Amino acid sequence: MMTTGRARSGFAAVWPPVLFGIAFLALWEWFVNVRDVKPYVLPKPSAIWAQLRDNHDAILTAAWATGQNALVGLAVGVVVGLAAALLASRMRALDAMLTPLAAAVAAIPIVALTPVFNTMFASTSTIPRRLVVAIAVFFPIFVNTLKGLRQVDPVHAELMRSYAARPWTIMRVVRLPGALPFFFTGLRIASSAAVIAAVVSEYFGGLQKGLGPAITSAAAASAYPRAWAIVTAAIGLGLAFYLAALLAERLAMPWQRRPTV
Amino acid sequence: MSVAPIPVAVSAPPAVALAGVGKTFGAGPAGTRAVTDVDLTVAAGEFVSLIGPSGCGKSTLLRIVANLIDPTEGTVLVNGKPARQARLDQDYGIAFQQAGLLEWRTVRANVELPLALHGDGRAARRARAEELLELVGLSDFAGHRPSELSGGMQQRVAIARALARRPALLLMDEPFGALDEMTRERMQSELIGICAETQAAVVFVTHSIPEAVYLSQRVVVMSPRPGRITEIVDVPLGTRDEEVREAGRFYAAITDVREALRGRPVPSAEASR
Repeated sequence: MMTTGRARSGFAAVWPPVLFGIAFLALWEWFVNVRDVKPYVLPKPSAIWAQLRDNHDAILTAAWATGQNALVGLAVGVVVGLAAALLASRMRALDAMLTPLAAAVAAIPIVALTPVFNTMFASTSTIPRRLVVAIAVFFPIFVNTLKGLRQVDPVHAELMRSYAARPWTIMRVVRLPGALPFFFTGLRIASSAAVIAAVVSEYFGGLQKGLGPAITSAAAASAYPRAWAIVTAAIGLGLAFYLAALLAERLAMPWQRRPTV
Repeated sequence: MSVAPIPVAVSAPPAVALAGVGKTFGAGPAGTRAVTDVDLTVAAGEFVSLIGPSGCGKSTLLRIVANLIDPTEGTVLVNGKPARQARLDQDYGIAFQQAGLLEWRTVRANVELPLALHGDGRAARRARAEELLELVGLSDFAGHRPSELSGGMQQRVAIARALARRPALLLMDEPFGALDEMTRERMQSELIGICAETQAAVVFVTHSIPEAVYLSQRVVVMSPRPGRITEIVDVPLGTRDEEVREAGRFYAAITDVREALRGRPVPSAEASR
């Protein structure tokens, strides 16, 4: 059915974006040089790269702090989102209750929530940030997984009825594996959202660890190329999370062989 | 309406016994009468096809036998038990127009599914799956995923799965309907062989007159609005092989069924009464 995808996913799939990226950076470097753009407006890619290299250790430490928050929050959000989707798919009453609630959770402006959480917990606590990440992650996981759990091929439904299978057996044999592609779509969205939420939550007081405070302090010290270097690290962290989600998807569903980027 | 002989001493109960079966979808005057007044007996080991135009209720009737839907009235016995009990005991195997394989399971695991749900041990399951895949000629594909198989191969896996628990009754709803003509004829011949080997009775729903005639001992002709049995045509073709497809009596039987479908008097059926 989808057998043609894999051959394309090697070298041929990689070089167009790489080529585009290199061309874009070259154009950027050239533009800054020719127009003599000031670093506080837009630093050169080479300057950003030099900062990234020179501040290697500090940036890694900051990225590690942010990454931990994102990872823990992601794990919590995934577990809660999955559990809620499972319950909602099995109990109609619970579904009627949970789905509007989930929509409400999705509408929470995490930016507004962070200072509130910060006052709830000690200023040295990482819990507020992880909580913010978990909330951002919950909704895409819940909505996608629930949709997958609800979609059962009518033939599979009749087949399971002919086997006189119990609801839990149907869940285990048909619904859960069938929902995996939907869950992983949610996880891909959630993985990037987790890093963004982790970085944003760092701007509202509390601990001075992580990429967010590092960007703020670099900008405050007029070290613009350094600020950009840290932003680049944040992008790298987000990409790492996204790629990890993709890899998990590939490993968990070997029967789906289409490239899923 | 059924012309099945009633034996004095019954060794095995009939595979299917329908009496006064009717089904209305929806309630009140807005309800749709899908099937009405069906009496039909399928003997153990007998191959019976249900044929008729779209909307004649043949698939509905099959689903009533399978207890996937409940009839509005009438009694349904499968292997001498109420249909619900027969379903709970997994007395029948079923195959649909779509193979309906679980794409995340290997071919082998798909065939093992009914056995696993019944609680059979791993070794027994494995052995039975090997046997069945051998029967449908797919031993080399046991470890493949369904998406790597052609439509005909997928359908063979579905048939192997339906046979897994050695059911005395096989219910098939246009299982070859989505296949090309060549594959279809080969699958028909294979099904004949499988039935000879397993001694299972078959209720086979189809749109195709040649298919019904080639496979069946009796062809049940249905007509729509409301769905009912209008004629039961005996097909005295003897042993089925590829030569039968070319024989004059094969075409005569096809003509019989075609005329029954058009609602004309059928000479041979009248003669046999």
